This record gives sequence, structure tokens and C-alpha cells, in this order.
Amino acid sequence: MSLERALYTAMVRMRMIEEKIAAIYPEREIRSPTHLYIGQEAVAAGVCAALGRQDVVAANYRSHGWYLAKGGSLQAMMDELFGRATGCSGGWGGSMHLIDVEAGVMGTSAIVAGGVSHAVGSALADKMLGRSQVSVAVFGDGAVEEGPWHESLNFAVLKRLPVIFLCENNLWAAFSPIKDRQPPVEIHRRAEAYGIPGVVVDGNDALAVHRAAATAVHRARRGEGPTLIECRTYRWLEHCGPNDDVPQGFRAAEELAAWKDRCPIERMRQFVTDEEDRAIRVAVTREIEQALAHARSAPWPQPTWKPAYYEV
Amino acid sequence: MKFREAIRAATVEVMRKDARVFVTGIGVPDVKGIFGTTLGLAEEFGAERAFDIPLSESAITGICLGATFRGLRPIFVHQRIDFTMLTMDQLVNHAAKWRAMFHGAHPVPLVIRAIVGRGWGNGPQHTQSHHGIFAHVPGLKVVVPATPHDAKGLLIAAVEDDDPVIYVDHRWLHEEEGEVPEGYYEVPIGKAAVVRPGSDVTVAAVGPFVGEALKAAAALADQGVAVEVVDIRTLRPLDGETILASVKRTGRLVVADADWGPCGVAAEVIALAAEHALGALKAPPVRVTWPDSPVPSSQAIEPQFYPGARQIHAAALYTLSRNAGGGLIRSSVKPFEGPF
Repeated sequence: MSLERALYTAMVRMRMIEEKIAAIYPEREIRSPTHLYIGQEAVAAGVCAALGRQDVVAANYRSHGWYLAKGGSLQAMMDELFGRATGCSGGWGGSMHLIDVEAGVMGTSAIVAGGVSHAVGSALADKMLGRSQVSVAVFGDGAVEEGPWHESLNFAVLKRLPVIFLCENNLWAAFSPIKDRQPPVEIHRRAEAYGIPGVVVDGNDALAVHRAAATAVHRARRGEGPTLIECRTYRWLEHCGPNDDVPQGFRAAEELAAWKDRCPIERMRQFVTDEEDRAIRVAVTREIEQALAHARSAPWPQPTWKPAYYEV
Repeated sequence: MKFREAIRAATVEVMRKDARVFVTGIGVPDVKGIFGTTLGLAEEFGAERAFDIPLSESAITGICLGATFRGLRPIFVHQRIDFTMLTMDQLVNHAAKWRAMFHGAHPVPLVIRAIVGRGWGNGPQHTQSHHGIFAHVPGLKVVVPATPHDAKGLLIAAVEDDDPVIYVDHRWLHEEEGEVPEGYYEVPIGKAAVVRPGSDVTVAAVGPFVGEALKAAAALADQGVAVEVVDIRTLRPLDGETILASVKRTGRLVVADADWGPCGVAAEVIALAAEHALGALKAPPVRVTWPDSPVPSSQAIEPQFYPGARQIHAAALYTLSRNAGGGLIRSSVKPFEGPF
């Protein structure tokens, strides 16, 4: 399969899975705060296509896309969203805490910047063990404002670790615009202070993301240290939940419309024929239906704690 | 062997046995070697396995945690436990949660070794104990050794453990001498120890207060009171079985905890006794803990801040409705000499 078709397929799969999650969310079968990735698919698709299975991604609470793009099991994720014992976190984590050790999804954090240092630690271990894997810290623009983000960069550069700092700048932290949170210094330029390459790419262009990621991966594998990549993108839905949040009045309808015009999937549509597109969508639909059917009938987890002594 | 030498011996043992173990922290490879506890590690095991770090406690905690994902077994040392307050997000929100949150997808063998810096006027931000804060959190284990023997055995057990362990060592125990076996041995996490049997009063003590309790017990023996001293050793998971068995034997309980009282380990132990051994109690239990105040620096009042054998002695007699009469024994803690 060509790179273009692979990226297109990965993005359509993410989009269709999340659209289904959004559609069924009001049915209350999924009872876990769900931060949808719709609109940002090119970033996870482009980066993960540049990684091997043994490479590692540490991401955040908006990670369905990352988990799927990195090769995490859809069934285990769907079971997790449904709170089932067969979920990737056994029903203990929910949507915000996805893990697939085999696929190199090292777990996702619900604390902003919480997982950045984990990727650095993974890279430190790989370097100490003489392995050639690469670790990717995935975070949003808000994480750049957290102290441990800077601490993590400082250490990773100091030790020349094989780690990529991958920022998904979607311009909003929940309801707060970036202009109210950061001085007007572009995020990728923070890399200059640490003496490493900092690049900015159109985060809605999967091929551009892939090129930047591949360069950073190559650099990391050669032992040349970290790269900071800023991907400019935009989330289409509310910070958390299945709805459009434009009616809430904090961001402009025109802003969202402009970003929808730059849909990452539409931009790659030219690389597949109508027939191929249909085939991709039929296959994903079948995959989703199977995953949902299984999740709905999967067993519930049991408490692992002991009952209180006065209940026994 | 001295307490601090036992810590170093344990570290050498685990690093020799398991190449996945590394030790890091501010000052680990420097000439002072964390009060001597990390001296020579870089020389024997290489700069990759015993290394200094930037002053970035929070990220380094996350980095150590991330390294466990790849199979390593880090020991992160803090010269003051006060500095771990910078790392609470990684310890409480992440390390403590990973095994549950990811349903045991991988082990999390992280050891945080943190030193309590009582003495020489170290004041409000360099002397705190904080073990009660960590003991509050499910997913963490918390150990506080009281003897050189346990300092070695508990550190080895902490490194062997697949859960995150907070290992608290008190600097004012560092010069204590005691029997320490050669070689590799574990003191089990989750097990208290009856270190002096007695039938009249149980004194359950934490860390440096174990020695104080033994001094009080010796003085009380001269007054015809048989004190049973329990070294709690592990604060989480607490060994309720050993503590309650002792309380049921003696019917009287004093808890001596080198930390603040409210919502702390002493309160927890007394709650256990109230819930499960109330019928055996012949008198209300008593807590001997730090005053409800930050620790002062001045040499005029710092020594007055810390309770010790004298207070434990008085508390034990109180449970027997007897008055200590004042001034029978003095606390004999060897003061720490500066500058740090």
C-alpha cells in the first residue's frame, strides 16, 4: 500500500470510529469523559506512519486517534469505553487511559503534560539498554505552559535522548484561547532555547506531518537527540463530549468553518479511487459493528478491593 | 554497621544483582554522596547507572516512571523529603495509579528514597516527614526503617517490589550502629515487628521513635511496667494484624509517630484499634506526635519541638492512670551537626 493510501485509510478509520462514538454517546452506554480527536487525524496518522511497532508513544486524554494509529487494538479500546473487563485497562482507565504495551502505546495521562516525562524516561531506558527505539511525547499547546514540560526538554537535550516532542497546537485549552495563555512566541521556537531543531508543520497535512516526523525519527535513531515538532491543527468538537460547541459562543463559527474547509481527510481523498474509498469505509464499518457488538456483551469488571468489615 | 552504611550496602547489593537498577538524584555521584549512602556507586557501576540530574524533581520522577515501562528499576534519591512535594503529580496521579489504571499491563518498580533532615536548625522546609501524606494514597507503598538491619532489608525489598515504594530514611538515624547481615536479604514490606515483648502497654512506633520507645520501655521496666514495642516499619500496607494482636494482649496503646498527628499514621493506628479492638482497650489510646506546628529553626526551640523517650514514657504511664512525675528520662537523640 502506498504511504498516501495508508495515511488516508488510517485517518478515515479514526474519523469513522469517533463519529460512531459521538453518535452513540447520548445512549449512555459509554460513561467516561470522551475527548474526541475529530479534525486532528493527520497528526497521529502522519507521525505513527514514521514509527515502528517497538517505538513508543506517550500521549494524553485525547488519544483515541493515537492509540489506533499506533496499532492499539480497537476491540480493547471499545471494551474500555464501555467499561468492560476486557478493555485495554480492564475498565479502570476509561477513554482517557489507553494502553497497549505490544503496540507501543505506553499509556495516556489525564494530567496536562503528565505524560511528557514518561516518553523521556522510555527514551532514557532505551539509550541505557543500547536499543534503537524512539519515544514520542504527545501533548497539546497547553502542556507547553506546564513546568515539567520544560524540565523534560532540558533533560532530554542534556542526555541527547531519542525522543520527539510532538505538539498538537489546536489553539484552545478547553475554553481558553492560546492568546490568553502564552506570549506571542511560536511554540516550535521554544526549541531554540534548548538548542534543538524546532519545526512547524501544517497539522492537517498528513504528508507534511509524516515528513517532519520521519526526519525527527531518523535524527533520534542516529543518536542526535530530540526534535520539537509543532503541528498546527484544530479540534472540531467540544473539549470533552460529542457535541459541536460553537453554540456556546466562545469560539467563532467562522473559525471552525475555515478549519473544516481544510479537513485532513478531504485533502488526501485524491490518493484513492471511489472504489477504494468505498472498500475502506465498508471494512471499517464492519470492524466498528463487530467491536460494538463484542463490547456490549463483554463481561463487567469486578471490584478488586475487599468489602468493609462491617459489610461482611 | 551504621544505618547509612547499611543503605549503601543494600544499594550495592541490588545493583550487583540486577543490571536494570539505576540510582539517580541531585548529588548522587558527588563527593558527599548523599550523606555517604551513594559513595562509590558511579565508580563501581558506571556513570550511566549512578548519575546526577538537573534540578527538575517533577520531570525526573516521570522519567524514572517512564523507564519502568521499558523494564528498568530506578531508585530516585532526595536529600530532603520536602523536595518530593515538587513531584506529587507524578507520584500520586501517575505512579500510584499506573498499576490500577492500566490494569497491571506492566510492573511499576519505582523506588523513591527520601531523607528527613531533622537538626541543625534546618527549619520549616528541610525537616518535614511527610510519610503520612504518602501513606494516604492507594497504589503507593511506604516504608520507614528504624534500624540498620531493616534499612538494608527494606531497601532491597523496595527494589524487588513491582509497585512504587516510598522509602523514608531519617538522617538522625544515619550514625546509629546495629547488626547487619552480609549479603542479599529482604525485610518483608507490610510486616511490623515486635521488637520488645511486654504485657502492660503497646507502644507502636515509626522510624526514629522506635529507639525512643525502647529507651522509654527500659525506664518503665524499672518502674514495673512491661512495655511491648512494635516497630510499624511499613506504613502502607499497614500490618494491622501484628499491631492489633499486641493491643489485644496489653489492652493499652501508645502510638509514637515522627510526624504530625492530625489525619496521620498515629490516627490511623488508633482508628484500627478503635474499630477492631475496642473491647480489649482498658484505657483511651494516646498519640505521641510532633506539635501541630511547622518545625522551627532556632536552637532555643528546635530541641523542644521534638517529643521523644520522655513523652513516650509519660504517655505509657498515662494509659495506666499514672503520672510520670516529670524528668525521669531524657531524650538522647544524637544531634545532627551541620552545615546541611
